[in-house]
Amino acid sequence: MTDSSTTKLEVDIAIATEGLTAEPKSFGKLARERFFKHKLAIAGFIGLVLIASIFVLGPWLSPWAFDEPNVLNRRAGPSRDHPFGTDTIGRDLFVRTTMGGRYSLTIGALVAVLATLIGTLLGSAAGFFGKWIDTVVSQLVNLVLVVPAIIVLSVVALRFGAQPVGIAVVLALLLWTRIARVVRGVVMQFREQEFVMAARAAGAGSGRILFRHILPNVFGAVIVEITLLIGLAIVLESTLSFLGVGVKPPTPTLGNLVFQAKGDINSDPIRVLLPGMFIVAIVLCVNFLGDGLRDAIDPRSRADEKE
Amino acid sequence: MNAPGAALLEVDGLNVGFKTSDGLVRAVTDVSFRIDPGEVLAVVGESGSGKSVTALALMKLHPRSAVISGTAMFDGVDLLALGDADMRAVRGNSIAMVFQDPMTALNPVFTVGFQISEAVLAHNDVTKKAAWARTVELLDLVGVPEPRQRASQYPHEFSGGMRQRAMIAMAISNDPKLLIADEPTTALDVTVQAQVMEVLREVRKETGAAMMLITHDLGLVAGAADRVQVMYASRLFEAGAIDDIFYDSRNPYTRALLGSIPQVDSERTERLLAIPGNPPSLLNPSPGCPFMPRCSERVERCTEELPTLLEIRGREHRSRCHLAQELAPISEVLP
Repeated sequence: MTDSSTTKLEVDIAIATEGLTAEPKSFGKLARERFFKHKLAIAGFIGLVLIASIFVLGPWLSPWAFDEPNVLNRRAGPSRDHPFGTDTIGRDLFVRTTMGGRYSLTIGALVAVLATLIGTLLGSAAGFFGKWIDTVVSQLVNLVLVVPAIIVLSVVALRFGAQPVGIAVVLALLLWTRIARVVRGVVMQFREQEFVMAARAAGAGSGRILFRHILPNVFGAVIVEITLLIGLAIVLESTLSFLGVGVKPPTPTLGNLVFQAKGDINSDPIRVLLPGMFIVAIVLCVNFLGDGLRDAIDPRSRADEKE
Repeated sequence: MNAPGAALLEVDGLNVGFKTSDGLVRAVTDVSFRIDPGEVLAVVGESGSGKSVTALALMKLHPRSAVISGTAMFDGVDLLALGDADMRAVRGNSIAMVFQDPMTALNPVFTVGFQISEAVLAHNDVTKKAAWARTVELLDLVGVPEPRQRASQYPHEFSGGMRQRAMIAMAISNDPKLLIADEPTTALDVTVQAQVMEVLREVRKETGAAMMLITHDLGLVAGAADRVQVMYASRLFEAGAIDDIFYDSRNPYTRALLGSIPQVDSERTERLLAIPGNPPSLLNPSPGCPFMPRCSERVERCTEELPTLLEIRGREHRSRCHLAQELAPISEVLP
C-alpha cells in the first residue's frame, strides 16, 4: 500500500477484467438462494401453499354448503359423498373444515400483521428513545398482559357480535405485546452498537437511524415471533370458540370444529383429528417458513455453507 | 492553506462532566487546544484520560447525561452552541469520524457500498447512481482492490483492515476539513495498522484534511503527527510539537509513557517499564497534581497545588508540572 501507483494499476486490472470476475449477487438473489437451501423452509412453504389451496378450492368443489344440515345423515363416517364424514346435525365436514380453515388462516394472518405493526411501532419507539416513552410503553405492555383475554373477548363478542375480523382485531390488540417486548429488547441492544454512533457521526438523524439502520436488524428476531404468533392466534381462537366467545357457529373455524366434535372423541375420533391435524400442520409449516425466512434475510448466513 | 494564526478548530476551556449518583465525574477538565488546517494533532493518554470524550463532545455525540461548557470554534462557528439540525449538517460533512472498531461500526445488514453512498447522499443532492460512482471511487482511493465488486459486498465479507478502509472512505466521502480518528488501529493487528495509517496519510494528502488522532500508542504518533498533546486524569498534561514531546518532554507523565514503549534493541533481561499505580478517580479530585501518587519526581508542593499548564521557552510547548523547567534532559533519563 506504500506505492499508490501499484494500487492504481491493480484497480485498472480489476476494472479491465471485470467481466471475468463473478458479478456480486443482489440481496434478493442471495436471500432466495439461502431460502432454497433451507429444506425445512421449502417443506413449510409447499405445505402452506397446499393447505391454503385445499381451503380455497374445497368449498368451491364440494356440492354441499357449509351450513346445510341433513338430519337423515348425522355422524356419518368418511364416504365417497362426504370425504370427512358429517357432524351431529348432518353437515358435510369436508366443506366445514375447509371453510373453517379459511377463517382460521385469515384470523392468524390478520392477527400477525396487526400485532406486528402495533408491536414494532411501540416496541421500537420504547427501545430507541427510552425515557418516558419506554416507561409508558412498558407499563402498557404490562397492563395488557394482566388483562384476562377471555373476559375482554367475551365482552367484545357480546357487544359487537363474534365476527372473524372483530375477533382478529381483538386478538391483535392483546398479542402485540409479545412483538413489542422482543423489538424493544433488540432495538435497545442495537442502539448501543458502534454503527449507530457511526451513522450519527455521518450526520444521520434519529428517524433515519431507527428505520434505516436498526429496524432491518430487528427483522430476523421478529420473524420467528411473528410465525409463533400465527399459530398462537389460531389456537387461541379455537380456545375462545370452545368457551362460546369465539367465532360463532354455524360459521366454522378449525378450532370450533374440534370442540364441537369433542363429545365423540371415543366413538368417532376422526372428527376431532382432521381439523386438529390441520391446525398442527399450519403451525408447523409457518414455523419452518419463519426459520427459513430468518436465515434468508440475514446477510451473514451463507448460502453455500452446507455444500 | 489559511494564513498563519487562522486555526481550523480552536477549543477553549472545554469541560465535560457526567452526572452520576455519586456526584459529578469530570471526564474533561479545562482543555484548550487548536488544530490548524491540514495538520495532525495526536491526543495521547491512558484509558479514561478524557481523550475520546473530548472528541465525542466536539461532535456532540456524547451521552445525554453529560454536562458541557466551553467553546469550540470551528470555521467561525461554535460547535458546542449548535442546535441538533445544524450539528447534523456538520457531522460527516466538514467534520468526519473514524471509529475504533471497524467490526461493529458498519451495519451488518447493508452492503458496504450502500452505507458509503448513504453518507454521500446525506449531505449532497445527487442521484443514487452518482453516489454509487463516488463510492467506488472512494473505495479505490483507500486502496480496496476491485472496488466495484467490493462495494456490493456485506461487511462480514471484508477483513478488519478492509473494513477500516471502508470506514475511512465513508469518513472522507464529503471532503471533510477535519477528520477525527478515535483509535483507528487499536482493533487491528500490527501489519494492518501500518497499512491503515498509510491510507490515512494518503487520503489526507488527497483531501488536505486536518486530523485529530486519538490513540494510546505513542509508536503510532511518532510517524504520523505534527503535534502531540498528552492527557491525564481529564486534563492536558503536555502539549507541543512532536519533537518537543519525544526528545525534550518536560513532564514526568509523558516521560513515563515514553519509557513504557518496548525497545527492540534493549537487553532481553530488561523488564518492560510500567507506570506503577492507577489513574485517580475523577470524582472529587484531590487538590494536588493528579499524577503525584505515581510520579517519580514528586516534591512537597505536588500534594497541595495543581500545577498550571506552563509555557516553555516561548515555543508552543506547554507542560503541567511544577518542575517543568528543572527536569533533567530526557536523554539522561531514558535510554
